[in-house]
Amino acid sequence: MLVIQCPFCGPRPELEFAHGGEAHIARPSDPASVTIEEWGAFLYLRKNTRGVHAERWRHVRGCGRFFNALRDTTTDQFIATYKAGEAPPASATGGAV
Amino acid sequence: MQKFSAWSLLKKSFGGHKGWQSQWRRATPKPEYDAIIVGGGGHGLGAAYYLAAEHGLTNIAVLEKGWIGGGNTGRNTTIIRSNYLFDESARLYDHSLKMWNDLAQVLNYNVMFSPRGVMMLAHTVHDVQVIKRHVHANRCNGVDNAWLTPAQAKEFCPPLNIDDNIRYPVMGAALQRSGGTARHDAVAWGYARAADALGVDIIENCEVTGIRRDANGAVEALETSRGLIKSRKVGVSAAGNTSVVLGLAGVRLPLESFPLQALVSEPIKPVFPCVVMSNSIHAYVSQSDKGELVIGAGTDAYTSYTQRGALHINAHTLEAICELFPMFRRMRMLRNWGGIVDVTPDRSPIIAKTPVQGLYVNCGWGTGGFKATPGSAHVFAWTIAKDEPHPINAPFTIERFRDGTLIDEAAAAAVAH
Repeated sequence: MLVIQCPFCGPRPELEFAHGGEAHIARPSDPASVTIEEWGAFLYLRKNTRGVHAERWRHVRGCGRFFNALRDTTTDQFIATYKAGEAPPASATGGAV
Repeated sequence: MQKFSAWSLLKKSFGGHKGWQSQWRRATPKPEYDAIIVGGGGHGLGAAYYLAAEHGLTNIAVLEKGWIGGGNTGRNTTIIRSNYLFDESARLYDHSLKMWNDLAQVLNYNVMFSPRGVMMLAHTVHDVQVIKRHVHANRCNGVDNAWLTPAQAKEFCPPLNIDDNIRYPVMGAALQRSGGTARHDAVAWGYARAADALGVDIIENCEVTGIRRDANGAVEALETSRGLIKSRKVGVSAAGNTSVVLGLAGVRLPLESFPLQALVSEPIKPVFPCVVMSNSIHAYVSQSDKGELVIGAGTDAYTSYTQRGALHINAHTLEAICELFPMFRRMRMLRNWGGIVDVTPDRSPIIAKTPVQGLYVNCGWGTGGFKATPGSAHVFAWTIAKDEPHPINAPFTIERFRDGTLIDEAAAAAVAH
């Protein structure tokens, strides 16, 4: 089981969290103006990174808040967690994400 | 290829079983092939076999990063069924189910296909309605499936607990009698051996590190850990690593890779006559011919490439199994492991051409690819050989996610996820 550092509550077991998929996918601000390819990509295409991956988590059985995390998908090790709306900490990734 | 038969077994037994050949050659890569399959699992080896056997392409290679049978083909719970809801899925999975029947004869390899029946349990009123809908849809598509009352379910599978007072009582079940299990390693080995006999080079420990394309953007060669190999046709059948391989050609896919765990118990005498699945409480169980209970869990919550998952996922599955089959409560588990499965948003596979000329992909089988091995390999070989999809896999494109023509087995909930 993973131990996840909630930016609001501190380290908690994975059981308290829900995984929310890839982070930093912005919904097009004017959906009517995007092409069908762009809309399909927004809905379905994912990086599925093998390596350092930016992803959303929600502390669903804790504070209930969403936050983002950088995790290495080849080791499952968390590199950093940070609040929603913030950019991923560049120092943690060497700018890889 | 040495033909396997009762006679050859007897003959070799007099010589102390010396003189059996390796089942496939240890091939070294040639500079160029007519077609290359990336990924030496059941789907990839099968595609190579059908390319050689049915389409006359024998100058082909299968590149495998690890060893044959070391990926999901050797890591799954071997359940075979075709009771999917939608017409497209029913055609694809039933095509495969029919091929299992004579696969051992076709490959001259005992894949131990055992159509012992697959029973899917209903625990809630919603389950009952959904599963009955599946039974009716299956029967319209000519797929065998029948509704059983709890008493009938217990008659078919005596260890099943049908008491009213368990947390998720059994309210009925769907039974596909033509479903069952097969020996997963034998499927990989059988396809590898049969493909090798037709001249296919099976190259293990060979990882693809780059995809070279010509001035028009078409595939011309693969960069690998064992050097540059030219080919104008490349079929990728790389399961959990498909996003990584196709990323080398700049193709993005609607895939996410999750760990899926399975475990086996200590071996015991034959007690469990069929396969039982419960999608609602995530328990999948059968008994292997060695006597082990083979148990499958749900996927872990997060994407990963680690081939391991969290213990609480297995514990959750075992709790369900102990309640459904109280006789197993004191059994010990021997081993558990994880495989990386590539999941599409609609839980249906992609068997299609990609936007890159000469590059084909067979992926997105998620948690249920083993059952489809022969059928998937067969239509993928067709797609590669003819540069157009077989009618059976024509709906399973990448573009369905752009066009909204999903084959939404995820919502249909017949599938394990």
